[in-house]
Amino acid sequence: MSKEIKFNEETLALVHKLMNRYPEGKHKSALLPILHIAQAEFDGWLSPATMDYVASILKIQSIEVYEVASFYSMYNLKPVGKCLLEVCRTSSCWVRGAEDVVKHLEKRLGIKEGETTADGMFTIKTVECLGSCGSAPLLQCGASYHENLTFEKVDALIETYRAEGKRKSYTDLDYKNTL
Amino acid sequence: MAKVTIDGQTIEVPDGTTILQAARMIVDDKNYTGVNIAPPTMCYHSKLKTSGGYCRTCIVKVTKGSEKDPRPMPKPVASCRTTVMDGMEVVNLTSPEVLESRKAVVEFLLINHPLDCPICDQAGECHLQDLGYEHGLAKTRYDFKRRTFNLIDIGPYIKLHMTRCIMCFRCIKVADQITDGRYQGMLFRGDASEISTYISKAIDNDFSGNVIDVCPVGALTDRTFRFKSRVWFTKPMDAHRNCTKCKGKVSIWLKGDEVLRVTGRKDQWGEVQDWICNECRFEKKHVNDWVIEGPTHIDRHSVISANHYENLSSLKLDIGKQQKQLNKK
Amino acid sequence: MGKKLLLEHINVPGIETLEVYRQKGGYASVEKALKTMTPNDVVEEVKKSGLRGRGGAGFPTGMKWSFLYKPEGVERYLVCNADESEPGTFKDRFLMEHIPHSLIEGMITSSFALGAKTSYIYIRGEYFYVARILEKAIDEAYAAGLLGKNILGTDFSHDCYVQVGAGAYICGEETALLESLEGKRGNPRIKPPFPAIAGLYGCPTVVNNVETIATVCPIINMGGEEYAKIGIGRSTGTKLISASGHINKPGTYEIELGLPVEEFIYSEEYCGGIINGNKLKAVVAGGSSVPVLPAHLILKTEKGEPRLMSYESLSEGGFVSGSMLGSGGFIVYDETTSIVKNLYTFARFYHHESCGQCSPCREGTGWMEKILHRIVEGHGKPSDIDLLWDIQRKIEGNTICPLGDAAAWPVASAIRHFRAEFEEYINHPEKIKDIKHYYSVHQLAGA
Repeated sequence: MSKEIKFNEETLALVHKLMNRYPEGKHKSALLPILHIAQAEFDGWLSPATMDYVASILKIQSIEVYEVASFYSMYNLKPVGKCLLEVCRTSSCWVRGAEDVVKHLEKRLGIKEGETTADGMFTIKTVECLGSCGSAPLLQCGASYHENLTFEKVDALIETYRAEGKRKSYTDLDYKNTL
Repeated sequence: MAKVTIDGQTIEVPDGTTILQAARMIVDDKNYTGVNIAPPTMCYHSKLKTSGGYCRTCIVKVTKGSEKDPRPMPKPVASCRTTVMDGMEVVNLTSPEVLESRKAVVEFLLINHPLDCPICDQAGECHLQDLGYEHGLAKTRYDFKRRTFNLIDIGPYIKLHMTRCIMCFRCIKVADQITDGRYQGMLFRGDASEISTYISKAIDNDFSGNVIDVCPVGALTDRTFRFKSRVWFTKPMDAHRNCTKCKGKVSIWLKGDEVLRVTGRKDQWGEVQDWICNECRFEKKHVNDWVIEGPTHIDRHSVISANHYENLSSLKLDIGKQQKQLNKK
Repeated sequence: MGKKLLLEHINVPGIETLEVYRQKGGYASVEKALKTMTPNDVVEEVKKSGLRGRGGAGFPTGMKWSFLYKPEGVERYLVCNADESEPGTFKDRFLMEHIPHSLIEGMITSSFALGAKTSYIYIRGEYFYVARILEKAIDEAYAAGLLGKNILGTDFSHDCYVQVGAGAYICGEETALLESLEGKRGNPRIKPPFPAIAGLYGCPTVVNNVETIATVCPIINMGGEEYAKIGIGRSTGTKLISASGHINKPGTYEIELGLPVEEFIYSEEYCGGIINGNKLKAVVAGGSSVPVLPAHLILKTEKGEPRLMSYESLSEGGFVSGSMLGSGGFIVYDETTSIVKNLYTFARFYHHESCGQCSPCREGTGWMEKILHRIVEGHGKPSDIDLLWDIQRKIEGNTICPLGDAAAWPVASAIRHFRAEFEEYINHPEKIKDIKHYYSVHQLAGA
């Protein structure tokens, strides 16, 4: 599973394009988007080696990357399943049954919130407001929002993802053409 | 220049001076005989740029903004990061509200603190201890499990006891501003934040030991001094040596003829005057390494002064003055 | 039907594309501003319009713009705050997702007014797919000569970029946003200096909400004075409201400011009433940070006047009997809702999102969450209510940024208006297991 921590040329070109959006000497600004890309490229999480690599690209101290990566909730500092199911649980989602969705997922996948299935396919995570209160309850997986959830929708989603067997990242949706 | 009034004391200070600095100037004035109106600080450090503003201990109330805009500022301000304006009026000790806010801050700082002073090397010279004593509650209202972290050795000289940390950011600013290349930083967020190197990297450069001196609590301590002695059983002396890396002006802490530890010299606000190098701090532990200048000034109210008379004549004067005051009454 | 300015063409197929957007009059404000107005004229129109910041604080936009420091030879920046993370708020996502060009148009016109050569749209990381929609729109705008060098053949050149965040509510605070945009932790800066003097990279910067920037377009098109005629009093214009909770028609609605709250909740044009015909219990009118109000105080003010959707009317009565318009995150709770448990979800949220810089917020938010957790689990102590009250009071006003206040206000208002419910939880823990906290997914699916 482990591969060399190095972007391929295409990704590296994208990274440099991102860096050039910021004025000379301010390339550190690109850190957040680059970490998203690194997370997507290197198994869905940011290992110390991945973060050191990002630091070397931006020519900054590794600790500056660790500080940032550990601050934001979308960066995984430990390995997660291929599909990280992030269920919103703040007020509007809670009043419309978010706790049921979590319980259903737990029962269905045989794991608790925060755990990963034995096959490494799914991780359940509860998160705070995702900004989709009007279509509550919802869960996010990769770049996709799955809204107005019912148990049937959740079941269908799990089946689809399991059949696909692919890792879902925030940067999916062909980001290389647009970012 | 700007004229500012703090607790009824007026002083004229250069533009750009903070309220805290102005208050300290008032107290520093030789002719000033009143109480110490300088707000206490935990995260501000005069030698570190952009320090302060985090702990909220030095909170004061601005009751009048300036001559031009006499409105009070909307809420309590951190005096260490708020600059004075001409005509500004500030209340600190004279405001029950400020004292209550400060009490609240102390409570917040203590709810997750282990209160392990009996086994903490910092006890006796700990700013949090002083602050808690002066402004804290006698008992805690917090009855949940306190946050704990494992102890980490940051290299051979420094012990990080994160559980005691109050997140003042001073050590990070030292690493940023006086060492080349920073290895430790603030990780995670909220009350899960911690000072760490993330992957247990040793901090290895000539000035790293200064993080110990700036730590207001016992979160960063000197491994070469660890559990050697309670600080009030040691005798601090100002000393110097010829050093190629730093000015070599230090305080050495003696027990008999043994140098138990070496620290930077601190001013009356407990802030380091000159940064010292690791060689002076950790490797020169023999009394012959140093030229002793005389006793380090220790505040009369500090527990360290209990066995430490730096200057008998000044002590006599002090007693004489007190007797006079008693006679007056 | 109320006046629509931002969502007028929301149902036009293809409105997300430049072609359709322009057919519907899109980018007229860029044409008008760049070709017939000076930057100062644009600022003046915005001032006249009475537009107030739509992100939550309600600060007059024209005034904010006029504070921008303009030294010679120093770059100035416009930064759009698209870090919409306030629980209950999703209006910016709706606008950006469906009419992305309205934001891009606003960015160009506003940047012209401010003299900014570069602008950034900082969008929360979770909205990655929306960032992609915006980038497509930006690409279209570049191709049409609306961005880049010499826009529409004028002297004005401008570049606009999207930057994604990575999950941190605090980055909605403007200085934390700037820190994050510089690739750092989202720690709010200590002010002063304000961004208008030293913002992004230490340069003068204006940070505005998505809706605020998009609203600049209709203002320039119709003129500030005309815009100011819409709405009520100092609450001029229209406002996007995100409606959620126990209503029949959750969603984003554009309202003319001054609409009665009762009409908003019950009319078919907007929320369509409470689900299952239930009784209204409480409303959080402007996102989780603003005080929650019980039904009788949200529909009418303490004085008995109808409560209106406006900055002034919603705050009528101060925090004793009023609330705030805030970001327009309108969460409706029906009679089944447990205010205590709901408050716990808010407290958990603020604890999770506290950056940890200053001690009252770092320690206080966690403490409040722990106490509320104990209460909802049936282990509350009679002294807990007063303790909660005391903690929130000591956080409020003592922190670096408004997150402390935002964490304190919901707690204060819940205790103020629903104290009996807290007492019920504490005095009768055996009843908690019987309290139906929320709707199950199936109950709603049937509704």
